[in-house]
Amino acid sequence: MRVALFVTCVNDTLYPHTGQAVVRLLERLGVEVGFPQAQSCCGQPQFNTGYRHETEPLVRRFDTAFQEYEYVVTPSGSCAAMVRDNYPRIGARAAAEGRGQALAEAAARSVPKTYELTEFLVDVLGVTDVGAYFPHSVTYHPTCHGLRMLGLRDRPRRLLEQVKGLELRELPGAEECCGFGGTFAVKNPAVSAAMGADKVRDIVGTGAEAVCTVDNSCLMHIGGTLAKLGCTVRPVHIAEILAATEEEPYA
Amino acid sequence: MSGTYLGMPAFPKAAQDAVRNETLRGNLRHATHTIRDKRAKAVAELADWDRLRTAGKDIKDRTLRHLDRYLLQLEEAVTAAGGTVHWAADAEEANRIVTYLVKAAGGSDSEQREVVKVKSMATQEIGLNVALEAEGIAAYETDLAELIVQLGEDRPSHILVPAIHRNRGEIRDIFEEKMGSWGRPAPAGLTDNPAELAEAARVHLREKFLRAKVGVSGANFMVAETGTLVVVESEGNGRMCLTLPETLISVVGIEKVVPTWQDLEVFLQTLPRSSTAERMNPYTSMWTGTTDGDGPQTFHLVLLDNGRTDTLADEVGRQALRCIRCSACLNVCPVYERAGGHAYGSVYPGPIGAILSPQLRGTGSEVDASLPYASSLCGACYDVCPVAIDIPEVLVHLRERVVEGGEVTRNGERVTIKPAKGHAVERAAMRAARWALDHPGALRAGQRLASRTRRIHPKRLPGPGRAWSDTRTLPEMPAESFRDWWQRTRGGAQ
Repeated sequence: MRVALFVTCVNDTLYPHTGQAVVRLLERLGVEVGFPQAQSCCGQPQFNTGYRHETEPLVRRFDTAFQEYEYVVTPSGSCAAMVRDNYPRIGARAAAEGRGQALAEAAARSVPKTYELTEFLVDVLGVTDVGAYFPHSVTYHPTCHGLRMLGLRDRPRRLLEQVKGLELRELPGAEECCGFGGTFAVKNPAVSAAMGADKVRDIVGTGAEAVCTVDNSCLMHIGGTLAKLGCTVRPVHIAEILAATEEEPYA
Repeated sequence: MSGTYLGMPAFPKAAQDAVRNETLRGNLRHATHTIRDKRAKAVAELADWDRLRTAGKDIKDRTLRHLDRYLLQLEEAVTAAGGTVHWAADAEEANRIVTYLVKAAGGSDSEQREVVKVKSMATQEIGLNVALEAEGIAAYETDLAELIVQLGEDRPSHILVPAIHRNRGEIRDIFEEKMGSWGRPAPAGLTDNPAELAEAARVHLREKFLRAKVGVSGANFMVAETGTLVVVESEGNGRMCLTLPETLISVVGIEKVVPTWQDLEVFLQTLPRSSTAERMNPYTSMWTGTTDGDGPQTFHLVLLDNGRTDTLADEVGRQALRCIRCSACLNVCPVYERAGGHAYGSVYPGPIGAILSPQLRGTGSEVDASLPYASSLCGACYDVCPVAIDIPEVLVHLRERVVEGGEVTRNGERVTIKPAKGHAVERAAMRAARWALDHPGALRAGQRLASRTRRIHPKRLPGPGRAWSDTRTLPEMPAESFRDWWQRTRGGAQ
């Protein structure tokens, strides 16, 4: 099985530990992981802000970068949803604008092999117990694109429930958006901050030591709000929890 | 607060003011959470909800595809049943027609100086009350929430519950202060008990129902095959207006037509559950033209376009015309819950308003250009929509129109519009980002530079970056990007 890691631009630049955790986790599960250096960004920030045309080269790049691989695994529900939901749209619009089928074909090649990490673990590898150890209380926030666009359902929870030592705390209003929303966070800062503050209040209310998601971009907003308010709850990407073991604990 | 939407500020500014209003936040949070939980229960009762949703979407799509044909069929059926059909291309024409009809209903002496109104989004959209007032005609809102809004010289902030931003205490004060100047005053010693408030409204309105010669309504549906109009409501005040006056004038958007009664059956299941979380709404009024000796003896139907045909021309945006005005998307929207309805600067607030207003009115004004961005794209609205409008998809589509301009249909003509103002810097940044992201060498150089200088990065960002760093700390730059880590530990291995 030829598996590539699509680390995403946010993780590459700001959260390399998450990418390293995915590599460690997948290798522990016997998967050989490749990292094609030609990869960059899925194009979501541009696309969702209205710059569809600026996204097109990145659709082509994604297709070329991963063409050798059978599976593309990414530790981001949002970026996986971008590929799966929006790449075909971008391809279809380009074709409708009389610019040929090339983008649509690139999208069609990319969609079926792209998996968010927890999907890949549960659906492709068929595991929920990944042998992880994380002796802390954790609350899980299902991020919107993973929840609604990808339909991850209970996959992340099933994985977390099998982690040794982990105590899962219910998050009230879990399915409500944290208020990040990409450029929404700076285009509508007041509403975004109000949503973030409410989410953080619910997180702190669980008494958990850590809050976990499948997306570091949402976690950057949640964690930034937590820190600004002086809360000690630690934001942790699910990959880093699943990668932690008794021999190699979470650092 | 004024009663019109002219000169509304852009959404982020209006929302910022609303977010700071603690009373408003409390009112909205309580109301939206209550109704959203109830809706979820009402919908979960139906095993075939997904099929009803798909059927509703398909019926609307099929009807919109052949809208011209169904509208002509409707006109023929309404006319055959004794009604008169008028076609209004825009708000001004619709207002002119209604004003003329109201005056004509008064006879040669034109005594007719007042109308009673059924809750109607279409007449709010065209600003009918203001237009009638300019001609010396008083329009009395009879829906309880619309009455509260009208008495308070306020604007509606929700499609279904226009006074959702008010609490009981505020309503009591409005009744006590304002009812007297509109008609029968509120009883002395009125408290904020809901039953007492409802009774005060009931007594106040009863006078108007019995006196008015003309009723004005909208409609939830128009059945083309028989020319039947349908209004669903909860209070029965609508039924009063639809049956007591001698003349009834209905102003209805052209997208409200459904071909057959069988089609209507689908929506009579999905609309009440989506809007009020009821299995069936208390009052469903249906009328077909006029009936001798029963109800209004004169019936006029004003078919309103007002940007709908232009919206229909847009392949992505046209799905907004499926909307049945249930307001489930408002109740579930985290942005609406915090910003409130007024921030949307339109009678159509919330997610559906954010895609309807910039299409019906265009993206020319500051508020209309800001509406497509009034969403975190969380997708909760799409999930609950009973006609499966992919609101996030349309929002992103309209964002492209705002930043890039391009071809749109305006008044039936294809025109090319310019990008909205204020996006030049963003556009340049997006182009630069695209270039860097499409040149991994440049990207890596940028990452390395950022990592090397990380000790001197400011904790707060200047300029537009403050929008982030005012309420959130900045993530710390790692010493090494993932890319470099991989290169260092795995060498050139792919």
